[in-house]
Amino acid sequence: MAVIAETGPDTRNLIARLWSNQQARSVIIQIVALTVVFAAFGFILRNVVINLENVGKEFNFSFFLYPAAYDITFSPFIEYSSRSTHLRAAVVGILNTMLVAACGIVLATIMGFIMGILRLSTNWLVNRLVYCFLEFTRNVPVLLHILFIHGLIVIQLPVPKMALNFADSFFLTNRGFYIPQPVWEPGAGIVAAAFVISVVFVVFFVRWAKKVQDETGRVYPVFLISTGAIVGATAVAFLAAGMPLSWSFPELKGFNFTGGLAIKPEFIALWLALSYYTSCFIAEIVRAGILAVSHGQTEAAYALGLRPNRTLQLIVIPQALRVIVPPLASQYLNLTKNSSLAIAIGYMDVVATVGGITLMQTGKEMETMMVVLLIYLTFSLVISGFMNWFNRKMMLVEREAKKKRAFFSFKTGTGEDS
Amino acid sequence: MSEGNTAAQSYAPGTHPDLPAPIRTTGPVAWVRMNLFSSPLNVALTLVAIGLLWWVMPPLFEWIVLDSVWTAESRKECWDKMEVPEGGACWAFIKDRLRLFVYGFYPQASRWRVNLSFVLLAMAVVPVLYDKMPGRKFGLWYAVAFPFIAGWLLVGGLGLTPVDTDQFGGILLTLIIGVTGISFSLPIGILLALGRRSKMPVMRILCVMFIEFIRGVPLIALLFIASSMLNFFLPPGTVFDLLIRVLIMVTLFAAAYIAEVVRGGLQGIPIGQFEAADSLGLTYVKAQMLIILPQALKISIPGIVNTFIGLYKDTTLVLIIGMLDPLGIGRASLADAVWAGLSREVYLFVALFFFVCCFSMSRYSLYLERKLHTGH
Repeated sequence: MAVIAETGPDTRNLIARLWSNQQARSVIIQIVALTVVFAAFGFILRNVVINLENVGKEFNFSFFLYPAAYDITFSPFIEYSSRSTHLRAAVVGILNTMLVAACGIVLATIMGFIMGILRLSTNWLVNRLVYCFLEFTRNVPVLLHILFIHGLIVIQLPVPKMALNFADSFFLTNRGFYIPQPVWEPGAGIVAAAFVISVVFVVFFVRWAKKVQDETGRVYPVFLISTGAIVGATAVAFLAAGMPLSWSFPELKGFNFTGGLAIKPEFIALWLALSYYTSCFIAEIVRAGILAVSHGQTEAAYALGLRPNRTLQLIVIPQALRVIVPPLASQYLNLTKNSSLAIAIGYMDVVATVGGITLMQTGKEMETMMVVLLIYLTFSLVISGFMNWFNRKMMLVEREAKKKRAFFSFKTGTGEDS
Repeated sequence: MSEGNTAAQSYAPGTHPDLPAPIRTTGPVAWVRMNLFSSPLNVALTLVAIGLLWWVMPPLFEWIVLDSVWTAESRKECWDKMEVPEGGACWAFIKDRLRLFVYGFYPQASRWRVNLSFVLLAMAVVPVLYDKMPGRKFGLWYAVAFPFIAGWLLVGGLGLTPVDTDQFGGILLTLIIGVTGISFSLPIGILLALGRRSKMPVMRILCVMFIEFIRGVPLIALLFIASSMLNFFLPPGTVFDLLIRVLIMVTLFAAAYIAEVVRGGLQGIPIGQFEAADSLGLTYVKAQMLIILPQALKISIPGIVNTFIGLYKDTTLVLIIGMLDPLGIGRASLADAVWAGLSREVYLFVALFFFVCCFSMSRYSLYLERKLHTGH
């Protein structure tokens, strides 16, 4: 470096001298960045205040307590009428979003795992068939899938009078699917209590069995005992309480069905489309995850004398899950965010209620959109928090191993691995 | 081993000619046995798959090709021409609306400008995709300039008749949003990723906040903000074109995802590379441009292309705020009483358009990955 030769006092001005000092430079850059950002925010805030004043709007959230005056046709959890408040409409929207996201996540996971495993099948035909389906579905916008399925239900399915009838209890019509609804009678509490107690028991039993296995190597048939306990306890309580359950069957009265559980076409379309669209991405993740477990692991397990199903359960799946969980979490987030497309087919989720009709009726763009953004950020935080927790649980074994190794290398004074 | 074995010959070690493989391990029959009927489960799966194909494919083929009608003036005429009403696809509808699907409501007289920008786009894409093209350096500069040239051609002004952006639609609109989003989100995303890994806490926090905020909310909410709220953020009296607002939102949205992908790539670079760049006395910018980013971007290609594909598919969401992309044009056409009821044709057509675009993008990314793979 030729610069070293110049050792005289730096005669450049202060700014230039500060600029050539790395620490000073980073401080300057940060101060400038912060100033720019604050100035931009200040500018936006000022514009917002002036603009709101110009159109004569106030910034407050009191409109949430006024009657909403619009109908929501799908509100399975809480009572809602057009006389309810905007706040209640928002809650209905949030619950609807949560419902379709939760159902979608469950179905997408099941379908994704099945398709991911089928993609690994040595059966050429099945492999290719699943591949074609995956590639086609993945490369077409999810909004198109949603509109297509919705159109299929609304246009192709018959009117209630000529509903597709399955065993006189399941009806598919263009106004929705009608299925028998369970009606709980007095005494159902006992059954529910038995179910909860057996689940709690199973949780403790699984932990205990794992501890025993870790310490002594004895393996209990955990799955059989758990299933037996839950099903058995619930069944016994059900019989003991005198079978407190009856079914309400849908019946055709006039032009539509009454009784039973009505599932709206909007919900079904959104649910199915989101599920199979997301499941295609999950299938690729599952496939990559299973392929990431090297074949040597399986061979080592066989060499130790483990049977194939134990190998899968104890060796392959735990390691594959470690690769699968992080991208799976982001797919769950995507599904939840994509559920906002509900507005295209009129399913009343949180964007359609708060960000749609409430916004239109009250003209409070700022407030409603802020609420919508906050709600989605909360969803994202909760889902990624849960998946991080699950991920940590999966990682636990490796972490301990690492810690031990680090401890060992510290003691011997060698080892400086990455 | 000597008597009665007249055909036996003795060979020196290693000189015996290769025998044909056992008959049961080669040929189509063996292939079928190994790949389709190797176990009871596989037999069942194969039968189910064949059954599924048998059930779906012939009717689908009949509907799309054999029983379809290509020339008609209305849905009624279409269905009259078929042996079974609704038994085939009515492609006449798509043919009738094809111009709408491509140009939207772009003025008839100025459509040569759209065609010209399609040609220019193709010319800009080639040097970006193929590095063996002669004169690629010039081509790349042209590709950088292309969005601005196309913007001038399409919007008009400076000698051309101005065209309102709300007349843009169809494939033209998809390409505008897609190309703008792709070309601007990559540099912004890279800057965000570098900011997120910066040693300066303020930069890091700002970038993290931006990225996590964008990734935490659905695009549709951002588009609503663009359409209803953004005007409040600007000085009173500013009129800001809706298309530009949408472009900004889509670009920022994609940039946040690109940033995460690139960050993954940056994390994959061993620390020795950073130290080597430092010890050579490279400045931060030079070290990033010459050492770090080329390697990091190479690792992140699959993720980047996936983000681009996602962005391209997400352009359909603009129909919810009232812009007419191909899907929106299709929905609007379905409202026409002459053609109403042909939704399957419309959705299949639009799906095919997106499939062709996105599938070729993903194939190209695979090719690029193989080409850039310098490992062992």
